[in-house]
Amino acid sequence: MDEVAAWFKWLHDTSGIKLTIFYDSYDRTRFLKGLATTLELSVYCLVLSLALGALTAWLVGSRTAIVRRCANGFVQLFRNTPPLVQLYFFYFALGPLLPKVGGMPMLGSMGWAVISLTLLEAAFVAEIFRAGVEAVPKAMTEAAQSLGYSRSQIFRLIVLPLALRVTMPAMTNNLVNLVKTTTLAYAIAVPELVYMSAQIWSEQVNVPEMMVVLLISYVAIVGVITQLMHRLEIRLRVPGFGQ
Amino acid sequence: MKKPGDRFDVMLPLRLSGQQRWTSDRSSGGSLFTARTGILLLAMLVTSVAVAQVQARDPNASVLDLIIKWTPLLAKGFGFNLLISAMAMLVGTVSGLLLGLARISLMAPVRGTSWIVVQFFRNAPWLVLLFFVMFLMPFEFHIGGLTVPFPDWIKAMLGLALPIMANFAEIVRGAVQSIPSAQWEAARSLAFSRRQTLWQIILPQCIKRMLPPWMNWYAILTMATTLASIVGVSEVMTMVGRVTAAEARTDLLIPIYSYVLLWFFIYCYPIALWTQRLELRYAER
Repeated sequence: MDEVAAWFKWLHDTSGIKLTIFYDSYDRTRFLKGLATTLELSVYCLVLSLALGALTAWLVGSRTAIVRRCANGFVQLFRNTPPLVQLYFFYFALGPLLPKVGGMPMLGSMGWAVISLTLLEAAFVAEIFRAGVEAVPKAMTEAAQSLGYSRSQIFRLIVLPLALRVTMPAMTNNLVNLVKTTTLAYAIAVPELVYMSAQIWSEQVNVPEMMVVLLISYVAIVGVITQLMHRLEIRLRVPGFGQ
Repeated sequence: MKKPGDRFDVMLPLRLSGQQRWTSDRSSGGSLFTARTGILLLAMLVTSVAVAQVQARDPNASVLDLIIKWTPLLAKGFGFNLLISAMAMLVGTVSGLLLGLARISLMAPVRGTSWIVVQFFRNAPWLVLLFFVMFLMPFEFHIGGLTVPFPDWIKAMLGLALPIMANFAEIVRGAVQSIPSAQWEAARSLAFSRRQTLWQIILPQCIKRMLPPWMNWYAILTMATTLASIVGVSEVMTMVGRVTAAEARTDLLIPIYSYVLLWFFIYCYPIALWTQRLELRYAER
């Protein structure tokens, strides 16, 4: 670790390329904290949006017209308005309405970012789930019915496992988009990767270097996710479908 | 006759099943412009204005009056958003077409380089790309003795065009690959050169396939233009910030943000609907 730090110091002295995050412990801590916040935000939003998205997909398929319409409205509303405006709406317009607890707002910027991004992603997840469930051939559920499975059993044991596999590629895409969308939280001062990098580059005046580091970081995160999901997809593959 | 819903007995690819759902929705009597969401937004706006009206401490200037008063300014900002989106789409489409053709080039190095470019710009967050272009490009160019100014909104436009370029390149590649290879072979047997085949036979057929995803990306781009406010371009979100700062009224916040959301929705939702209809129409042939 010391050698790496020494090398980057030497790089700065000889070429002027200033990558403080490798040898300045304060900047490194800040950068890593930003990275951790980005991942934390992504994981929270992923888990919550999967739950909410599944619920919405279920409501979209409801038999009651009013429930179906409301769920559809929610999906279309969040898909067809800018995510940034949604974030501002939650943070600046709804945020001040919450009661304060001990002089502090009940929900900080991080909390609102989680809520806003979760709702946005849930709208996309709902569409993916719906398409996945519809992609399961009717013959399968009929076969299960004739074998005496109950409705909930059919959904849990037949439809869901197949639908999850069908939705895998779309889910990977969605996860990548989620990680990319967390950068919006910068606008409401959530201390995530972009925010921390902006602090570093405005103090150290090394904008080009930090920009490149930032871009590479995101491409790397996305690359890791894509690889992991691809492996998962191969492991879960059902023989007889696809190529 | 079979209904369109039970035509297939195999597991469907995602896109196709989505389209079928659309068919059944329309035939089952759902109104075409499912305006529920627009109504929902409008209701949100109306109720928030009404609540704000009731709570207004200063009865002289109601929230509705304020919104009407600032509408021209907001409209100017929104027009700027549309201008940025149209120009970014133009730049992204032209460069994306070239990049997409590079992706199917016969030369391996060209193919490899363009693959890296596409993957990079597709997987980098929009905001980071925007920062990249905003901070690293000069604000003016010196060509000979001539100074060409390079305002921030042009830079924002270029920054937004980059991800569009990469994604459109993938659309082009997908469309070209979806044309049956018999077309290529037939063209070769008629002594067309590769370039002639591509421009006169393959690409014209691709336009139809590329149109729906292209429109989809335009809607996404329009929504992304609000990002330019973060890097200091005076578009609609910047205007909203200024209006709320100028009026300094907490009861204005929810109405004005809903108002802007409604504008974007009114602009983007018809595009989404139209895209779905085009997809459906092309899929049926």
